[in-house]
Amino acid sequence: MNAPQRSAGAAIEIRKASKRYGAFTALNDIDLHIRPGEFMTLLGPSGSGKTTTLNLIAGFTDISSGALEIGGKSVTGLPSHKRNIGVVFQHYALFPHMTVGKNVAYPLTLRGIKGEDRERRVKRALDMVKMTDFAHRYPNELSGGQQQRVALARALVFDPPLLLMDEPLGALDKKLREWLQLEIKRIHRELGTTFVYVTHDQEEALVLSDRIAVFNGGRIEQIGTGRELYDHPATLFVGRFIGESTVLRGPTETVDGNTVMTIGKDKVVAHGRLPGDARPVILLRPERTALKRPGADAVTGENRLSGTVEEAIYLGSGSKYEVRLTDGTTAVVRSPLGGADFRIGDPVDVTFTPADLTLLPDDASADVTLT
Amino acid sequence: MTAIPDQGAHTGSERPTFLSRFQLRGAVWLAAPAVLVLLVALAYPLAIVVVRSFTDPAPGIDNYIWFFQSAVNRNVLQRTFVVAAWVTLASLICAYPYAYAMTIVGRNVRLALILCVLVPFWLSGVVRTLAWVILLQDSGVINSMLRGIGLSPVKLIRTLPGVIIGMTQVLLPFMILPIYSVMRGIDTRLLQAARSLGAKPWRAFVQIYVPLSLPGVYAGAIIVFILSLGFYITPALLGGPRSTMLSSLVQNQVLSLLNWGRGGAMGVVLLVATFLLLAIAAPLMRQKHTSNRREA
Repeated sequence: MNAPQRSAGAAIEIRKASKRYGAFTALNDIDLHIRPGEFMTLLGPSGSGKTTTLNLIAGFTDISSGALEIGGKSVTGLPSHKRNIGVVFQHYALFPHMTVGKNVAYPLTLRGIKGEDRERRVKRALDMVKMTDFAHRYPNELSGGQQQRVALARALVFDPPLLLMDEPLGALDKKLREWLQLEIKRIHRELGTTFVYVTHDQEEALVLSDRIAVFNGGRIEQIGTGRELYDHPATLFVGRFIGESTVLRGPTETVDGNTVMTIGKDKVVAHGRLPGDARPVILLRPERTALKRPGADAVTGENRLSGTVEEAIYLGSGSKYEVRLTDGTTAVVRSPLGGADFRIGDPVDVTFTPADLTLLPDDASADVTLT
Repeated sequence: MTAIPDQGAHTGSERPTFLSRFQLRGAVWLAAPAVLVLLVALAYPLAIVVVRSFTDPAPGIDNYIWFFQSAVNRNVLQRTFVVAAWVTLASLICAYPYAYAMTIVGRNVRLALILCVLVPFWLSGVVRTLAWVILLQDSGVINSMLRGIGLSPVKLIRTLPGVIIGMTQVLLPFMILPIYSVMRGIDTRLLQAARSLGAKPWRAFVQIYVPLSLPGVYAGAIIVFILSLGFYITPALLGGPRSTMLSSLVQNQVLSLLNWGRGGAMGVVLLVATFLLLAIAAPLMRQKHTSNRREA
């Protein structure tokens, strides 16, 4: 296989950017810095502003206010055909009247690259996505996954310093999506191009990204690595959007500088307290909690919430339980292989240490957006 | 190298199953009334015309020899094709931007544009042609306006340009509607993709949009061209002796001179010439990709 040419990725700097459509604000005062060669994923539910941000970078829409720089240069007012950015669309957008080879050659032709040089670069790009044998086919003779690979080759063939992808795997089935995720990751590693990837699928974001920007309601809630977002969500929205979680709400008081929340008949202790007077909620991760028989195996300092097993699901790699707590909340608990077996209706304690929980300010929008 | 799960290409369209093919075969009978009408009203009279062109008044090819020996007839045949070509070109030039406009405007404007196409379509061709007589005549609306702004009047009525103008207007809907129906199905997001790859807007339009709209252009051009070849009323009313078309000659032979053989021969010549032209054009229009429709 030909070694693809490594190119220097472009940095992106977005400062105080807003996008308004009439009275509707699609993007509200966002700041986003993307490093050269980084794989940045814009993650969020539909209508959260992630695609609008991508369209601003691509030049498909104009910024209403704020600044946008690509590779250190302001691109405000620069039309998309002068930005030299590769774009991959969810709907593939291959030209149906051109063969695969002609599609991939198109951006080179536009740049005046001809003859053998063009042939060689088309072949290199098709090699990269393993579609060389399909050069003479027409797009409607290919499957969705094959079309998207061709689209990826076409977006990269002119060595752009920046590649934008708008839910590129959204129309594909799960197996193919997982395989293509790894292919995209490999290509990113080989090229060194800056990738900006839009998705609403948090698992996909975790698989692919160096960093993730979580969008909600036209704002960025948090930017960080997958691990940072999962372990230390800055907002309830991020905590709930990334991974599985249980949210506990109840009357709270501060005791010795710690927060104590009452959940039905039980109390939960969380270290420290929230600044200000925001109402606190507690976020639990299913694999950071354990089920124990009521009162058994006590460990000093651990929190115990009594409840009843409502659902027990065997997953092969372990088990997943849904436990009805005494205040009516359903807590999700994952236990690894080899743990004790519980049945539906068993009385249990959900246990976790104060270090395993996250204390966050309550946010009503986190519930509304996710339903 | 990792395994590639989707290497097997699929064709996109599913083949009909045995059951659906069986049902389709039954549905063929629904076409029976149309086939019957075509046999009685088209195939049979056409056969008579062909037969008579070789037998009336005497068996042989005398009628064809007569047709091609006359310089006037050859001129008229040539003129018929030239006029049809001009009408096709003029309709295309008018129809393409019009159809494109129909795809980019809002719902209400589109409705108005469609009505502007269809209302004349619903009016009889005779009525529209008579309207053109009023517009084009020497003291007509167009020449009055030219005089009004100080220009010298132009001779339009009983000239070839007059015939072409009238025919273009009458035939325009047959060009607009097929082009529009194809344009409506073009995914305009392809233009956005082309621009992201570095194409200036006009280049994206010419290289992506225009090729995808060609099936509609071909369909419209063939319909307008063939209808033009056989046009009778409009050339007869708007044209003069120097702009006679073949249909007028046929009418003259059959209805005035009662010479069915010669009239038939002219009809057969026109028919054969049309088929030849289509045979030449067909390979140009064959497109490898079968669909440019937007996917859900």
